[in-house]
Amino acid sequence: MMPHNAIFTALLSASLAFFCWSVYRRFSLVLHGQPEERLDHPARRLKEMLLYAFAQMRVLKKPFGLNHFVIFWSFMILAIANGEFLLNGVFPSVSLSLLPEGVHRFLLFAFDLVSLFTLVAIVLAFGRRLIVKPPYLDSLYVKGRSVEGFLILAFIALLMVAYFGLHGALIAQGRESVASAMPISSLVAGFLPAGSLGGVELVSWWLHAIVLLAFICFLPHSKHMHILTAIPNCYLGSLDWPATQPRETFEKGQLFGVGSVERFTWKDLFDSFSCTECGRCQAACPATCTGKPLNPRQIVHAIKTNLLENSQALREGRSGTLPLIGDEGEGTNTEDAIWSCTTCGACIEACPVLIEQMPKIIKMRRHLVETEARFPEELLNLFENMEQRSNPWGIAPGERAKWVSTMEVRPFVAGETEYLLYVGCAGSFDSRAKQVTVALATVLDAAGVSWGILGKDEKCCGDSLRRLGNEFLFDKMARENVELFRERKVTKVITLCPHCLTTLKNDYRQYGLELEVVHQSELVARLIAQGRIKLDGSDKSLGKISYHDPCYLGRHNGVFDAPRGAIEAATGSAPQELERHGRNSFCCGAGGGRMWMEEFIGERVNHARVDEALAGNPDTICVACPYCMTMMEDGLKDKGANNVRVKDVIEVVAEGLMRKELRKG
Amino acid sequence: MLVVVCVKQVPDTTQVQIDPVTNTLIREGVPFIVNPYDTHAIEEGLRLKDRFGFRVAAISMGPPNAEATLRKALALGVDRAILLSDRFFGGADTLATSKVLAAAIERLAQDEEVGVVICGKQTIDGDTAQVGPGIATRLHFSQLTLVDRVEEFDEGSRKIRVRRKLEGRHEEVQAPLPVLLTVVRELNRPRYPTVPMRLASVDAKVELWDNAVLGLDVNTIGLKGSPTWVSKIFSPQRAKGEILGDSSTEPEDAAQLLIDKMLEKDLLAL
Repeated sequence: MMPHNAIFTALLSASLAFFCWSVYRRFSLVLHGQPEERLDHPARRLKEMLLYAFAQMRVLKKPFGLNHFVIFWSFMILAIANGEFLLNGVFPSVSLSLLPEGVHRFLLFAFDLVSLFTLVAIVLAFGRRLIVKPPYLDSLYVKGRSVEGFLILAFIALLMVAYFGLHGALIAQGRESVASAMPISSLVAGFLPAGSLGGVELVSWWLHAIVLLAFICFLPHSKHMHILTAIPNCYLGSLDWPATQPRETFEKGQLFGVGSVERFTWKDLFDSFSCTECGRCQAACPATCTGKPLNPRQIVHAIKTNLLENSQALREGRSGTLPLIGDEGEGTNTEDAIWSCTTCGACIEACPVLIEQMPKIIKMRRHLVETEARFPEELLNLFENMEQRSNPWGIAPGERAKWVSTMEVRPFVAGETEYLLYVGCAGSFDSRAKQVTVALATVLDAAGVSWGILGKDEKCCGDSLRRLGNEFLFDKMARENVELFRERKVTKVITLCPHCLTTLKNDYRQYGLELEVVHQSELVARLIAQGRIKLDGSDKSLGKISYHDPCYLGRHNGVFDAPRGAIEAATGSAPQELERHGRNSFCCGAGGGRMWMEEFIGERVNHARVDEALAGNPDTICVACPYCMTMMEDGLKDKGANNVRVKDVIEVVAEGLMRKELRKG
Repeated sequence: MLVVVCVKQVPDTTQVQIDPVTNTLIREGVPFIVNPYDTHAIEEGLRLKDRFGFRVAAISMGPPNAEATLRKALALGVDRAILLSDRFFGGADTLATSKVLAAAIERLAQDEEVGVVICGKQTIDGDTAQVGPGIATRLHFSQLTLVDRVEEFDEGSRKIRVRRKLEGRHEEVQAPLPVLLTVVRELNRPRYPTVPMRLASVDAKVELWDNAVLGLDVNTIGLKGSPTWVSKIFSPQRAKGEILGDSSTEPEDAAQLLIDKMLEKDLLAL
């Protein structure tokens, strides 16, 4: 027994009081946020928590994540050791030796082992930050080689060193009953100077005590707060992956969007306390990667900083003085950053602790558009065209069905037609996309699918408006469309465009409309599987094909295999993959309404993507989205790659069918 | 000081088609919009409001459903909206229209000094560009048409200096107040209504003035007061176009082909 229990008890009490006070101060700030339901479906949430927090599924997606996995699980196991240490410091009679000997031996063996693992992992983490340092560790305000980062690593390393020092000294003095279960501590014992074992014991004990208490005090004020918030954050994560945006109601006297930090929901604020600045979102973000002022990690950091800076005002029921949106500065998001987002969702996909960065950006866009009417000037035309003519180009709605000029017009009639072919604006008005529409119609006919269109009555789905934060106009168009679909008794829809797909399928659900919506590539894959489309896999005319995953088809709606399968059925071989593909695909640059905006800052996103595609020397780049089509074709032109074509999946299938017929004929 | 902006509700002409048999406009199902030039007039009025604190009134002559156009002006921030609607106003040409609008402005001037009237250069349905000048003439206001930049507005010395956009040149002119401006699209970029303003505009008051308010002689307004007669409306016949091009994908070849064709058609002077 040590003579210092009284001092330790006093220090521990003070530290715990400070810890509780700090945690209360921070978490009570979260309650300044707006309400949001995140406690429903406990079973599903528990599963998410087990998968992402405890099994570290996302963390392990990067190889170095294994290092974190080791530290995390060591921490969990050593929590028992540290708990005993604290209790024992106050009540010397309480120790693990009270447990049955087998359990005691096992635990101390485990502590010995994981302490060594942790020490190795911490050395590697030091090396990573000091020597390797991946670029995504740095953001504008938080650096990979920060004092905070190293301090946290040093704390953990010192705890391990102190652990071995203490237990080594105890073993050397013959005071450790289960020494034989502690190989590493025993090894350390052999190196300790026999004359000063008491001193080593005392110093190690106090080092362990002081570092542990300092850590407890420091924790709620550092980015290491994530060890408290990450696990609940995984429990509270969004259950619907297609990260659509919540509806707004439009009544007088309301505020729209998020213009100051307390307008975020409590979950948005909680997210900001869960971020540990790992930088994975920024490494995946098409805006950050091409030199735009947007960095999703910085958006989350700005929310946290802003909340803390303005905390006093918020507690007094005032608005803070540090603006949430304004000129560049820590705690403030610039408008350029907010407008740079393509809503591709790569940040959400990358985050190990399920932070939802992109929806926060859209909430700020809503404030800019709806409350301030402030947005890049190109968007004025888009908004007017959408409102007046229900398409982005402002072309007369009467011209919607012009693409059918080469075919027989088939109006959708409930009861007689199975599918509504929702052509969408691009498929109706864009000259290149119109060819895709014709290809789709040809394939549907070949398979004997019953389909019809709404013709000039079809309206824009409003996807771009919603992603751009013009929720007022989106709401109006969504209500009109929902009414139209109900009136025409539409139940099954084929879309040409993944943006129409996601809007009809996921966004309109918020309006009580449940449709069976399929993207053309999904339907075609199904028709091939059913034998209704017979391809012989011999069409080699398109050469080597690379497939680019559209964000809203892949990441947002989970369709990855269907387009690949359709290409394989037509050509006999699976398409070549781009370096970033599937869930990790890289945006073409046109999502989130960026299709309608100029791209003045940094490298063009489509150039970055086209370069990536060209690295595989394809003859054809295959897409499944009219926006991707435009971006890839433009990118190829800019790069002078005239020998590479861009084709939609459905065109590959249509050409496969045509060539088969020709060979037959 | 009051700034009066004249606006008109017009059919979206990109969506209007002409019946090939009767040669009349097919108006069915064609949505109405605010005359695009007038959106710039509203914006300029609002800019004067922002700079000098003037009040802005939007007036429009039209059928009762033209109220929608005035609500849009209210959503953008005008202080007052007046719809001039009466059976007697119907069927008016530009002369009769300018009489009604001028009378309304005079009526407004009884309560508050009208220093500036702003109109769009022309409407996209009539395309005459006569109503603005007609109003200025009847009100004896200075008349500055085709304004693409307001260079200076001096409230103290009651002077305005503007730049006019003419064919191939610009002209800078100055005039004393009161003044009527007709404006072109290059003048400004119209603002976008905020949602709170849109919601407020739904219940905002649109004043309805009929001829009982203006007290004009019914023989000088509407169809009776309109000397203009439309004798015929037709779509001009256009020769069918052709698609040019050989198989070459070189930009130089395409340009050469285009030049050859233009020379052949005598469209290019060398």
